[in-house]
Amino acid sequence: MTAVQHLKRTLIGLSLLGLAAHASAQVHVSDAWVRATVPGQPSSGAFMTVTADSDSKLLRVASPMAKDVQIHEMSMKDDVMRMGPVDSIALPAGTAVKLDPNGYHVMLMGLTGQIKEGDQVPLTLTVENAKGEQQSVEVKATARALGGMDPSNMH
Amino acid sequence: MSTLFTRRNVLTGMGLLGLGLLAGCDNSPKLNFKYGKDLSDKIMGRTFKLKNTQGETVTLSSFRGLMPMVFFGFTQCPAVCPTTLARAAQAKKLMGRDGETLQVIFITLDPERDTPQILDKYVKAFDPSFEALYGTPEEIAVAAKEFGIFYEKVPAGDTYTLSHTATSFVFDTRGNLRLGLSASLTAKECAEDLLTVMEVC
Repeated sequence: MTAVQHLKRTLIGLSLLGLAAHASAQVHVSDAWVRATVPGQPSSGAFMTVTADSDSKLLRVASPMAKDVQIHEMSMKDDVMRMGPVDSIALPAGTAVKLDPNGYHVMLMGLTGQIKEGDQVPLTLTVENAKGEQQSVEVKATARALGGMDPSNMH
Repeated sequence: MSTLFTRRNVLTGMGLLGLGLLAGCDNSPKLNFKYGKDLSDKIMGRTFKLKNTQGETVTLSSFRGLMPMVFFGFTQCPAVCPTTLARAAQAKKLMGRDGETLQVIFITLDPERDTPQILDKYVKAFDPSFEALYGTPEEIAVAAKEFGIFYEKVPAGDTYTLSHTATSFVFDTRGNLRLGLSASLTAKECAEDLLTVMEVC
């Protein structure tokens, strides 16, 4: 392969990549928050509303504040709370999917330090669209007081 | 003894009962709650023996004169535990002066990870009057069984989380179990039912 051919291939590859980036879903994240912790508490939950403009799924979340970040689902039946990890969260096109204390949430496990009220916790969401293309979304989640009421439970 | 005399006795008894009711005293074996479940006929949670965060042994009678509200959970619980404790703190405020009688007791279902230090700071972040109890995994299992609490470890990566019963159990000031509050109720609904428990004398 000549140098020119090689360059051409690289260019085609790059333009394809550019197209892919352009075609990837627009993902909007709002109301991101984490629950503050007490010293020594090794984990906490993060909550937010995620809206993708095309059918996508939230694959994973990472944070420099936690060694392991997992997506969990909580469900209630007969006043028993069941909890467990899930592989991904479906983000149907145009639907605001709530990650709140009554359902899906992000678990920050193995915290590197105490999360204090008002702290900004960086989160990186990896979202995959229906074509299998992945993109990263950077979010800053504000820490709310541990003892505060969740807005979702205010009546 | 004539039948008439017996009847008079019954009438006197009824009169006394009526006086009791007039005084706002309800010592009936059953209570009418608007939102929660009446547990007056359940024999549960009477003999738990655990440690508070100061390391002192605590039983139900340690809270005599107070209205204990017992909730089982773990501090790494992201949702139902902080929500329930925040709700309890709010209900206590809504009850006004009567709220001083309410003693919230958080029993850890995760004694392997919840140290007394973490537990103490955790519950006091909701209200300085809240108490946390812990024990060995075996002691916790006995206490949970006594309250009919379901709990199990769920693997999560190289660690675990817990599934568990989210009911709050309320005793009257004499130590009789009275009320079960589901996690779905609001602070206002809980406060109303808690005030009904306070009418027991």
